[in-house]
Amino acid sequence: MSARKVAVVGAGMTKFMHRALETPKELAWLAAKSALDSAVMNLSQIDCVVLGTAPDAFDGVHMKGEYLSDGCGGWKKPYLRCYVGGGTGVYAVAQAWFHVASGLFDTALVVCEEKMSSCLPHPQAAFLTIFDHITEQPLKPNLLWIFALEQTRYMETYGIALEDIARVSVKNKRNALDHPAAQLGANLTIKDILASEVMAWPVHRLMVSPTSDGAVAVVLAGEEIARRLSDRPVWIQGVGWCLDTAYWTNRDLAYPEYVEKAAWTAYRMAGIREPRKEINIAEPYDPFAYKELHHLEGLQLAPKGQAPKLLADGVFERNGDLPVTPSGGLLGVGNPIAAAGLMKICELFWQLRGEAGPRQVPGKPERGVAQAWGDLMQVGTVVVMGTKEPA
Amino acid sequence: MPDGVAIIGVGFTSLQPSTPHLSFKELMFEAAQKAYLDAGVQASEIDSFVTCAEDLNEGLSIFDEYTPDQLGAVQKPMHTLTQDGLHGIADALMQIRSGIAELVVVEAHSKASNVKTPEWLLDYALDPIYNRPLGFNPHAVAGLEMNVFLHETGIRAEHCAQVAAKNRRNALRNPVAAYPLALTPMHVESSPYVAYPLREAEIAERADGCVVVVLANEARTQRSHSKAAWICGVGFANDSATLESRDWVRAEYIRIAAERAYRQASIQNPREIRLFEVDDTYAYKELQHLIALGLYSEGAEAGRSLEAGETKPDGKIPVNVSGGALGMGLSLEASGLYRVVELVLQLRGQASARQLADVRLGLAQSWRGVPTTSGAVVILGTEQPK
Repeated sequence: MSARKVAVVGAGMTKFMHRALETPKELAWLAAKSALDSAVMNLSQIDCVVLGTAPDAFDGVHMKGEYLSDGCGGWKKPYLRCYVGGGTGVYAVAQAWFHVASGLFDTALVVCEEKMSSCLPHPQAAFLTIFDHITEQPLKPNLLWIFALEQTRYMETYGIALEDIARVSVKNKRNALDHPAAQLGANLTIKDILASEVMAWPVHRLMVSPTSDGAVAVVLAGEEIARRLSDRPVWIQGVGWCLDTAYWTNRDLAYPEYVEKAAWTAYRMAGIREPRKEINIAEPYDPFAYKELHHLEGLQLAPKGQAPKLLADGVFERNGDLPVTPSGGLLGVGNPIAAAGLMKICELFWQLRGEAGPRQVPGKPERGVAQAWGDLMQVGTVVVMGTKEPA
Repeated sequence: MPDGVAIIGVGFTSLQPSTPHLSFKELMFEAAQKAYLDAGVQASEIDSFVTCAEDLNEGLSIFDEYTPDQLGAVQKPMHTLTQDGLHGIADALMQIRSGIAELVVVEAHSKASNVKTPEWLLDYALDPIYNRPLGFNPHAVAGLEMNVFLHETGIRAEHCAQVAAKNRRNALRNPVAAYPLALTPMHVESSPYVAYPLREAEIAERADGCVVVVLANEARTQRSHSKAAWICGVGFANDSATLESRDWVRAEYIRIAAERAYRQASIQNPREIRLFEVDDTYAYKELQHLIALGLYSEGAEAGRSLEAGETKPDGKIPVNVSGGALGMGLSLEASGLYRVVELVLQLRGQASARQLADVRLGLAQSWRGVPTTSGAVVILGTEQPK
């Protein structure tokens, strides 16, 4: 492919928390500034700004992208907000990738911000408005219900036990203890998870990520600038995204085909033929415990229905053969929707540079994949990053 | 630009004040079918899709959920921009130039008639902490801006009335316009004030409609049978979102966007461009945007040229021959794409009663309305840029 190579040269984030005192604009700027600082750059060196943020209904701000623009640094600059629901955080990097790869821009600042706490009493109410007006809203569904349906289908299809699902929460919340920005790090056992309140069978409270406030930012640069700015740029080797039909009731929820398609798009671009062998570290989207397993299968990192077994065997532990969600993920670090996806990109950046501190996975990983998911169990977004410059 | 990108197909519905018989999905389906036919492509060949929409305008959160089926985009790369359709064109161009797609579709629509309380909805676009508690409607932002714009530039209220009359009248020749009317400046000046000095007849009314545009890379364009409109330049930018720290006289967002677009298109003097389709959500905005596009060095000149008829269809630089948003109707995120449709038809010589002679280069410009400072510019031409 003739496109210009693009690297991540800086990353930063705010602490994820239940209720931040900062305004949304302030959160966005804190993250943007910390990413710029880490790249040793200032705003005047940024050619364009890409914002990712999820529903306007959380903040109660119409045209939220416009409202956030100056907070993101998009002041007297090319600026746009891209959007694919929960998949936005990882997608925003793909968006900024083609801004730079196209040659139109040399550098891009990607900011993802979410402030869910302004939605009182609970942001779950805002999710009512994501369902079809005519066929679904009259049933008053919420996210917990539909994900309970999907989890049930996944467990039934492959004969997966609840303990296998709970193990994801145990791992991720424990990993998050080492993350300085984490909201919900904890040392828990499978028994603790299964003893927590049932939200919608089989989903237990501790299998669900929290609602959070937070912002994350990364800086992307074209190859010439990336090499000049940093001796350790982390290259974007592949990007992919895929949106499935809105009629989710007509799909088999046991397997996320749209994640597989997005993954293969990114893998082909990265020259990956055997993902399980060629990827050292994975940050799949884990808003619910079962989703991490579901997504690992979609990402071709585990055979269908086999992810729970690999987890039980310790393969996905931080010192395992394929460390999965060493950050602590959405279950542990927190879930300010779009910002959570971009946090996974940050984790790959720090891990691949060997800067992840106590979270560092052993063995000098060379390549990682981050993935996010969203809409009506419908969209997969995938980014592959590595220390080796793309061919 | 090394790799050419062109628009090889457009599809659009007639703009209507309301469309109670059609859902937004049906509007999109109609425009998509027309665009694919116009471009001579099958939906299955398309590599990537972009839709431009805002959740609160749609009445649905995470609106991109509802976009794939009616465009033939199921299990394809598809994303939403909460931006104008012209940003969508820029997005598609970048996807094609980065080599990940050959054929990209951009969609934007308006189902504005579904919004029963548009003014109230717009209140939610104000800064929730500093501005919204003051309890003013965002049209007041336009009134304030118009006032300072007239004061600083020497443009007079009559000039704005002339813009409104010109565009409504131009729309008489456009069969898809929602608000054609043989309006005179006098009529405009007798309409009531909404936010002094802004009058009711100077505010574009909303309309429902949908536009789908098919873009292709150079190789695919050369294989296509349709008459290509080459993208010569694109630009987009924001000024400050904060009311307290923005430029109230000059449309900085368009100056910055246009600078990029002109550079890409190697345009030294914007008067090389044959026609302009610019945002006229409020009549004064047309003049403000023309100044930002570099057509006039100072405000008073814009007023004088308007009086001399320079921006009429038979003038030197026709502006909004289509009728603009004032004549065609304001179609939310699709506003910019309706401007692009006019350029494509004019470049192809398919604009029937509105057709201008000798159209080789045209410019479309959009603005996202109050209280934003977000705009975009797209330059289209019959020749592939060098």
